[in-house]
Amino acid sequence: MTDHLNAIMRAQARYVRCIDDGPLEAWPDFFTEDCHYRITTADNYRRGLPAGVIWADTKGMLKDRVSALRDANIYEPHAYRHLLGQPAVLEAAEDTAESETSFLVVRITGDGATDVFASGRYVDRYRVTGGEALLRERVVVCDSSEIDTLLALPL
Amino acid sequence: MDRLIGTTAEPAAARDWPRSLTAVPYWAFQDESVYRDEQTRLFHGPHWSYLCLEAELSEPGDFCATFIGEQPVLVTRDHDGEVYAFENRCAHRGALIAMDDHGHADQFTCAYHAWSYNLQGDLTAVAFSEGIDGRGGMPPGFCMAEHGPRKLRLAIVHGLVFGSLSNDVPDIEEYLGEEILERIDRVLGGRRPVVLGRFTQMLPNNWKLYVENVKDSYHASILHLFFTTFRINRLSQRGGIIVSPSGGHHVSYSAIDREAEAAAANTAYRDQRLRSESEYRLADPSLLDGFSEVGDDITLQILSVFPGFVLQQIQNSVAVRQVLPVSPGRTRLNWTYLGFESDTEEQRRIRLKQSNLVGPAGYVSLEDGMIGGFVQRGIAGASDEYATLQMGGDTAESSPSRVTEASVRGFWKAYRDAMGYEPADPGPDRSGRANRHPERERIPRTGEVR
Repeated sequence: MTDHLNAIMRAQARYVRCIDDGPLEAWPDFFTEDCHYRITTADNYRRGLPAGVIWADTKGMLKDRVSALRDANIYEPHAYRHLLGQPAVLEAAEDTAESETSFLVVRITGDGATDVFASGRYVDRYRVTGGEALLRERVVVCDSSEIDTLLALPL
Repeated sequence: MDRLIGTTAEPAAARDWPRSLTAVPYWAFQDESVYRDEQTRLFHGPHWSYLCLEAELSEPGDFCATFIGEQPVLVTRDHDGEVYAFENRCAHRGALIAMDDHGHADQFTCAYHAWSYNLQGDLTAVAFSEGIDGRGGMPPGFCMAEHGPRKLRLAIVHGLVFGSLSNDVPDIEEYLGEEILERIDRVLGGRRPVVLGRFTQMLPNNWKLYVENVKDSYHASILHLFFTTFRINRLSQRGGIIVSPSGGHHVSYSAIDREAEAAAANTAYRDQRLRSESEYRLADPSLLDGFSEVGDDITLQILSVFPGFVLQQIQNSVAVRQVLPVSPGRTRLNWTYLGFESDTEEQRRIRLKQSNLVGPAGYVSLEDGMIGGFVQRGIAGASDEYATLQMGGDTAESSPSRVTEASVRGFWKAYRDAMGYEPADPGPDRSGRANRHPERERIPRTGEVR
């Protein structure tokens, strides 16, 4: 259990560093091949509504997100800074774990102000093998239903 | 007592609107007074505004708190099975009657002084109306039936609930017209929608910039590069634009062109396409494995209803969008993603996958969240200048080409009429006005001869 916690904390520290400081291309590598990732709101999550602003059920779809951001989509350059709470490990078995971690994300558009962009929790299912935790599922549950302007980089 | 008298505001005639539909003054996106006039003349005026889906009111007691412009509105289903709509405003001191966006209630009780309303918006109880111990209380002549939030006119079109605050509004069939009704029927007719999720996008721009963007088929393949970058074929498509006679509503659609596709299959074009596909392709192309949405070849249909409603089918991503002004420079865009009760499990999964195309993070829509803000920032200091809308001519008529701004011109035609602006000359006259840099001045350095 403690090992799982350590593995999850290591994975999450690297995960946010990857999004905030790069390279974003490594982001899909925090997931298993057959994974689920979605960004939704607390309201949708509570009501059991399944849609996401980002919805992926393969690692390939996560890679496509990154290449679309790099090569297809047009948006004002911006960066995030993630602040994570301590993961709460809710279930753990030999090579799996379920955890929840709260997050706060600020966004800096261009060289502008630091704005609070999102807060919420990651609802995660990890596969933990050899001390390494990989995401089988991450549901990003944003506390608010409002998204300012657009959501380009993943949370 | 008829309280839906519509607006009493005078026409906004103090400002001239260009006679030509190709010019749009930038002050229309900036002025506080224009924004206020829109609230009265458009949103409280003789127009139909989208409120919610009937599917969101499936059980008696279900309610939605929504808006017409800035006006808070409650939509309910009562035990008689009917849908009702009334102002979300207590008749006593004006507080919101209900706070949840979507909920279930047997009645509504204002939090402030516990005045109660039934599901039809009738005032049914006033706390301490008899006073206490014979002291206080309401005057004997107080009549609850004379107090209550205003009740809206309602129209339900294939599960879409529209409301109006003006009795002068024409019947919904007349308002929408046959062509628009047909296209709503195409997507929603005979099917029961299911809400898959709701998201709100806060846009840093005037609401009309978003409506223009929805109606602007010219920008689609230029600003949104997802389809072209990943060589998702856009050439073998036929389509067009429908602009309603008023100009206010539109449909833009495209369909698979079977003939062109068959012809292309036999030409070198296909080989070329395959080569380019090898440079850039989706790691998981299943994103675009769709099905025929309603049994025809139309893969895209964007439909708008004046002033601020959008029904969208992009492949198998079906959604409604509600455009709500918040201030002159800020807009709330409510997305409701839809499936249908008849969906198979596989079809439902495809819809969820293709929801990646749209919304605040959509592959073909995230740019729209930003571009209105670019205009809002770009036009600062240019309130006396004009946008120019000359692509595809100067009329607001249906067209087989989507490289046109006809439906954007249509919006401004309907807007100008609804706001009561007098079309006037001169508009921007640029003839013979070359746009050259004026001569520069420079103060010479000491000793330098000027």
